[in-house]
Amino acid sequence: MSYHLETADKPEQLRRVAIDPVSRVEGHGKVTLLMDEANKVQQVRLHIVEFRGFEKFIQGRPYWEVPVMVQRLCGICPVSHHLAASKAMDVIVGVNCLTPTAEKIRRLMHYGQMLQSHALHFFHLCSPDLLFGFDSDVGKRNIVGVAEKYPETARRGVLIRKFGQEVIRMTAGKRIHGTGSIPGGVNKSLSIEERDQLLKDVYQIVGWSRDAVHMARELHETDPSTYNSFGIFSSHFMSLIGKSGEMDFYDGKLRARDEQGNIFFDAVPPADYEKYIQEEVKAWSYMKFPFFKSLGKEHGWYKVGPLARVQNCNSIPSPLADAERREFIDYAGGLPMHAALAYHWTRMIEMLHAAETIKDLLHDPDILGHDLLLSGERKAEGVGMIEAPRGTLIHHYGVDENDLVTMCNLIVSTTHNNQAMNEAIRHVARRYLYGREVTEGLLNHIEVAIRAYDPCLSCATHALGKMPLTVELRDCEGRLLHALSRDA
Amino acid sequence: MSESFTLDGKTIPFAAGQTIIQAAADAGAWIPHLCYHPEFKPHGSCKLCTVKVNGRHMASCTTQAQAGQEVESNTDELNEERRTLLQMLFVEGNHFCPSCEKSGDCKLQATAYELGMMTPHFDHFYPNRPVDASHPDILLDFNRCILCSLCVRASRDVDEKCVFALSGRGIDTRLIVNAASGRLEDTDVALTDKAMQVCPVGAILRKGKGFAVPIRQRTYDRSPISDIALKETSLALPAVENKP
Repeated sequence: MSYHLETADKPEQLRRVAIDPVSRVEGHGKVTLLMDEANKVQQVRLHIVEFRGFEKFIQGRPYWEVPVMVQRLCGICPVSHHLAASKAMDVIVGVNCLTPTAEKIRRLMHYGQMLQSHALHFFHLCSPDLLFGFDSDVGKRNIVGVAEKYPETARRGVLIRKFGQEVIRMTAGKRIHGTGSIPGGVNKSLSIEERDQLLKDVYQIVGWSRDAVHMARELHETDPSTYNSFGIFSSHFMSLIGKSGEMDFYDGKLRARDEQGNIFFDAVPPADYEKYIQEEVKAWSYMKFPFFKSLGKEHGWYKVGPLARVQNCNSIPSPLADAERREFIDYAGGLPMHAALAYHWTRMIEMLHAAETIKDLLHDPDILGHDLLLSGERKAEGVGMIEAPRGTLIHHYGVDENDLVTMCNLIVSTTHNNQAMNEAIRHVARRYLYGREVTEGLLNHIEVAIRAYDPCLSCATHALGKMPLTVELRDCEGRLLHALSRDA
Repeated sequence: MSESFTLDGKTIPFAAGQTIIQAAADAGAWIPHLCYHPEFKPHGSCKLCTVKVNGRHMASCTTQAQAGQEVESNTDELNEERRTLLQMLFVEGNHFCPSCEKSGDCKLQATAYELGMMTPHFDHFYPNRPVDASHPDILLDFNRCILCSLCVRASRDVDEKCVFALSGRGIDTRLIVNAASGRLEDTDVALTDKAMQVCPVGAILRKGKGFAVPIRQRTYDRSPISDIALKETSLALPAVENKP
């Protein structure tokens, strides 16, 4: 199956333009455009050019090592992999229900992760585009430029992220790549001192997060013709949903809606994901293309992440975030919003929910408990599913009778959005680049569409991308001895 | 204890029959080591405890203390050689600290930190070593074995089982277990064996217990190995004799 602008008829006769690497996203990817002599775009592809191999080399390792090992997939949201693998290994060790302390510590860890990752994405990676304009001066279009012109915005972004990382450090042991979650529970709870340290700042973080939602909303309201249609791609949505239809990042069952917002499937247990989702491999990308089996690969594409979650749930179980969710639904006019830039607005609603949830958990005495670990009857297979910052994350393992992993299947959040990102950049290419002379600003429109999805292209950390940089060596009297510059 | 030698200029008294490393430990001076353990006869294989005795390189775990020796240990030259030895140990095996459950409790890692080893320097060998997970309670991960022989000595001299042995020579030396099948499940090793307690790295592990101790509470999170090793020495039982 070939899609419009996915494969040109005669590529050898076309001019190739590459965005390599795509900047201000996590990991390495590139975009290629094939254009004819009249600058008409004939082919647009987002390629993922790294191969990680985790699914293979995890095989033969003991199961208890997996939650720590697989989180090395990512430097931005390792907690997601850490917890998804832990949940799968909970099944392996026969624990269906954690102790209250263990579950709440894991939730605290995860919501800290959502907070820091969403803050990083919105403030550090995307705010330069949103505040300065997509084709503004490339030398200023970065977090340093934001810090110069909007110092309070940049400061809040840094401090919200820092708070989320502190939550992670206190629950997982380290800000990045901790070991807090283990099969059947956790290895630590919070001390009173740790809890009080977080409580001191959490109300400020809730307030700033609410302001961030309003900032994202104002961007939409200021320029609705752009924000409501840029990179638009109608598709199904999918996310985990809590027991009562509420938003739940840590646990739940799968729900999907069609592009009109009607429920397509619901209450699907994580262990049954293979009955509903299949993956296609394409020769030009290392990232697979998942789709709903019942719709086939021609029509089964879907979106995950904040835009899906906010519109898929019945409610958000924290009052401020739920009020913002309702405002968003009203703004969309009763039908699902599919515009790529609406990801930012919904992402900030989720960040507010994460902050409120952290606040509530910090007031729960269970997080100080000491009943941390359970065990049960060993199983041979386990699926762990979680809503990572970028969307639904699936970890599936088989473990043999000697406790070694025999099978591993990971469907990471960004993979679900693969087709959606490709469609978004094709939409942007048709609208902004078709028949025009390509400029850096126009190419950045392509990157803006990709960034909206907050892709973690290799689950690695390259937060600032390829920024312009000048390093000057001066002597003690300020005389310039040597200068080195890198262009954007 | 009337006789003494000097270690980096400091006077170290010793009792008859003591090695340099034993006398140094009793005096509160740490000499880096991996294959040495105060409860066992020295093996002298890792060479990390090499010092200069009157200008000559000697393994301090096998060299008898003698009156008037001038011993150098904590010098730039010797520590550089120790870093090189550590680097070789790291690249000869598959030591992936980020996902190793022994991280924070590992003597190899802690010694590398203490001596300021910043990179592996050499090309990794990436040897293809299987994991023996056949035993229901114990995991044997040959990827991390540094051939210190402590499990061999503990199993032979304390447990009196001879479960472990080193086989082969030179770069082909490897740890084997005493079973015709070559599998740990067919030996009489038990969780309570001394051999289960002495592995300095993550080669011999209790199954299903990994990462139970949180970061900041692991052995070498609390104190550097230079302090911990001296405490271990002060609490150690007398060294056992080699059994024939």
